[in-house]
Amino acid sequence: MSPIIDVRNLNFSFINGEIALPVLKNVTIPIHKGEIVIMTGPSGSGKTTFLTIVGGLRQAIDGSVKVLGQQLINSTEQIKVNIRQQTGYIFQQHNLLKSLTAQQNVSMTLEMHNGMTEKERLERATEMLRAVGMGDRLHHKPDQLSGGQRQRVSIARALVGQPKIVLADEPTASLDKQSGQEAVTILKRLAKESGASILLVTHDYRILNIADRVVELEDGVINNA
Amino acid sequence: MNIFPWYYSPARLAWRQLIHDQTKLMAAIAGVLFACVLVFMQLGFKDALIASAATAPKKLSGDLFLMHKQSEAMWRPVTFKRNELMRALGHSAVAEVSPLYLGLAAFKTIETNIKRTLMVYGFDPDAELFDVETIKNKRIELRLKNTIIFDEYSRPEFGPVRQLFEAGRTETEINDYKIQIIDFFRLGISFAADGNVVTSDLNFMRMFPARNPGDIDMGVIRLHPGASIEQTKADLDKQLNSFVNIFTFAELIEFETKYWTETAPIGFIFGFGTVMGLIVGLVIVYQILFTDIANHRHEFATLKAMGYKQSYFVRLVFATAFFLAVLGFIPGLILSIGLYHLAESQMFMPMPISFSKVMTVFLFILSMCFTAGLLAIRKLKDANPADMF
Repeated sequence: MSPIIDVRNLNFSFINGEIALPVLKNVTIPIHKGEIVIMTGPSGSGKTTFLTIVGGLRQAIDGSVKVLGQQLINSTEQIKVNIRQQTGYIFQQHNLLKSLTAQQNVSMTLEMHNGMTEKERLERATEMLRAVGMGDRLHHKPDQLSGGQRQRVSIARALVGQPKIVLADEPTASLDKQSGQEAVTILKRLAKESGASILLVTHDYRILNIADRVVELEDGVINNA
Repeated sequence: MNIFPWYYSPARLAWRQLIHDQTKLMAAIAGVLFACVLVFMQLGFKDALIASAATAPKKLSGDLFLMHKQSEAMWRPVTFKRNELMRALGHSAVAEVSPLYLGLAAFKTIETNIKRTLMVYGFDPDAELFDVETIKNKRIELRLKNTIIFDEYSRPEFGPVRQLFEAGRTETEINDYKIQIIDFFRLGISFAADGNVVTSDLNFMRMFPARNPGDIDMGVIRLHPGASIEQTKADLDKQLNSFVNIFTFAELIEFETKYWTETAPIGFIFGFGTVMGLIVGLVIVYQILFTDIANHRHEFATLKAMGYKQSYFVRLVFATAFFLAVLGFIPGLILSIGLYHLAESQMFMPMPISFSKVMTVFLFILSMCFTAGLLAIRKLKDANPADMF
């Protein structure tokens, strides 16, 4: 079976005027369906850059990045938008919309897709929030929630659309040990239930236990793929 | 296509973001309200000007009106020979002609003795040139020496003329000539004159000793019933000297209105004020939308990362602009109605607030907000998820 994320010989540089600063060097990594991969590495090693390329947020031009069978290298905006819509993204900060309640925030993922009524959307959002243990905080806005609760809402938002891929960028960075562990445990459980693959970048070594596989990125090079 | 995600969804998010921060919403509404009131007032003054420019000619009763071609407007006429008016009698459709004498004169206020300028209309009382009941009823008394009828709707600076009249103080001076007030009529002020007085042609000559009855300011022509006004006008155009203008009633009003709106700088001033109001409003709304996008750029970038397209945010910005326009317009309209009443009571000029004016201002405000939205959407490109995460 071909990998759900198939990255081969990816090179990426930031261009600043005339100077090219290489960030990713010849990165090759396949991720299979249902696999949970944690990418670690020190700050500035290129983890987040890698994640944004795979998530269709950043355009790379050298190598091959196939996500869900679509080539993202030199891709059109439409292809990138397609990939984004099929990917659940969990951010370092929770990045919830301040003006919306937990339920409305989660429902935003579903509003992009046609064919669902408002009632269905809110039901799905409620279901998802119950699954992350936030069923009693449906109508709270982000500033009425704790950091851990916000991140759980954000996990619900990423997973409510039943994505095949979940990308998480340091999801525990702003959380204490316990709520961080809780958050990733929930994430793992839900991903396993729905068969989604997870690519999680972090330098929080306390959560490596949830991974099926850990890869280390250092100075743009994969050490142990 | 399902309309829900296309417009309702971004509009709903725009609305939720707006009401989330109520302080900022209030400031935004105040900005639109300000522009709205400014535009309403400018248009109101402009309409009052147009309405007041025609108050006097609208009360004239006649079919055709002669004025010297060099006359810019009724308040500063160039005289022409009475003979010229009399020649119109040669046309078979003309029933009667009467001269109208116009002049600005100093009226001595009864209590304070301060002299203020007002407009004096002089004509043969039997000609019934003004379609005003009091003037018609008093035509016998007007024939007496030194009698005038005073416009009650003159500015209050002329003093409580009515009360003084009822208390028996009816005597004062116009151009240092002693006159008697015998009654009151209602006309209203214009930009040219703060007050009005009607008198007989003979009394007019007494107040303006330098004037000559043979030199008239305006000629009023009445036709026999059933005669064609247009046809007579065309005939007279050929017969009379080319230095006179012949106006129908409608043309006279248009001529007067046009003077104030176009020739005089006043029309321009209010037009300019309207544009300034819209520009100030535009800048305010633009600033609001711009900072709104800047404040929400993380959220927009998040939504983009989730797969929302650029066009969703463009619709969101325009929806925000639309809500601001409506939310600012409604209190703006209410406040403007109040200010119109206040201005009417202060200026003694009619300031009607019509449905078409309400619609005009709403369209102005709406296009102002949309223009601001159009200028602000370029800020959306800052919401780039790749640069933010």
